[in-house]
Amino acid sequence: MNEAIIGKPAEKRRPCRSMLYMPGNNPGMMQHVPAFGADSVLLDLEDAVSEREKDAARRLVSHFIREVDFGDSIVTVRVNGADTPWFERDLEEVIPSAPAAVRVPKCHSPEDVRHADDLIGRIERERGMALGRIKIHAMLETAHGIERAFEIARASDRLEALTLGGQDLTADMGVQKTRDGVELFYARGRVVMAAKAAGLMAFDTVWTDIEDMEGLKNEARLAVQMGFTGKAAIHPTQIDAIHEAYRPDAGELRRAFRIVDAAERAQREGKGVISVDGRMVDGPIVARAFSLMELGRLYGIGQEADL
Amino acid sequence: MESSDCMVVVSPSDGYALEYGGQNEAIFKRRTERIVREIAERYAPAEVRIQDRGALEATLRARVETAFERASREDGQGGSER
Repeated sequence: MNEAIIGKPAEKRRPCRSMLYMPGNNPGMMQHVPAFGADSVLLDLEDAVSEREKDAARRLVSHFIREVDFGDSIVTVRVNGADTPWFERDLEEVIPSAPAAVRVPKCHSPEDVRHADDLIGRIERERGMALGRIKIHAMLETAHGIERAFEIARASDRLEALTLGGQDLTADMGVQKTRDGVELFYARGRVVMAAKAAGLMAFDTVWTDIEDMEGLKNEARLAVQMGFTGKAAIHPTQIDAIHEAYRPDAGELRRAFRIVDAAERAQREGKGVISVDGRMVDGPIVARAFSLMELGRLYGIGQEADL
Repeated sequence: MESSDCMVVVSPSDGYALEYGGQNEAIFKRRTERIVREIAERYAPAEVRIQDRGALEATLRARVETAFERASREDGQGGSER
């Protein structure tokens, strides 16, 4: 069986359905991260931290990453934007603690990403760290950034994800963020498509009304439907609803098990073509079946019998 | 101040001194003395006052360092608070 058909899963990363924002200056909340069960955590130095406490927050976050156990959650940090006086200092303090990724807000252009990439690279070299291991998640939250999404997505090898910032974007567009989110429809599609074309993950914006769980569920379903690989959460109570939206459909998962089974059999028998349930299956579908299976494991479904 | 955090005040002084108080004072006194002394050695002599509401070691370190950094930026003029 050749590689092209088995379609090595393009995304070999751990599924990252939820990214939980935590205020970077709040030790009480940050130390409870393992209990929240988010796939990843986003320690925030930007909007959640007042100007007077920027220095305290970045110091706290870098100590936390080094010394505190975040359980199974992947640790990322949102730094302040490149147009602020805190950007460089944030990176200088946070990069040596080696988070999995840094979320760079307000990316308007590929230069913004390259600028962050250069700085991170410089710090890695100065500290003798592995080069390029810390990834960048570019946050698109201006009309300009959205229109240049694909260029931004290809700006650096360090890029791992595009993320949509719905609050700032709707403000920039001069519209209100509504419950059904029609105003963000184009931006969502654009961000997802650019990310997919560049082989990156795509994260949807937060649902800000923590009382409105129905609204969150609808928006999470929409995000899944549109192809986002994950969604940010502004509060721990939102994590379950997001994970639920990503639960694979039982029928689809059953088919995925059969596809993987057929692909593995074809590989053993040296066949190049697979057919499942009487239909031809090609590389991308096999790749999707593998990632669905991986997703299923997060819900305790490891084999067809578990369904 | 929220729980799991601590308040640190650093004031310039002729020699090092630590005043430590809080709900877990007795349990964490020695830990705190060791950590604060270790950090204080990197800065000019100062008197350190800490009110602890159950801070983890990482939190304590971060708060003490921030207070010292702020105090040294202010060129020793008056205390610095976190």
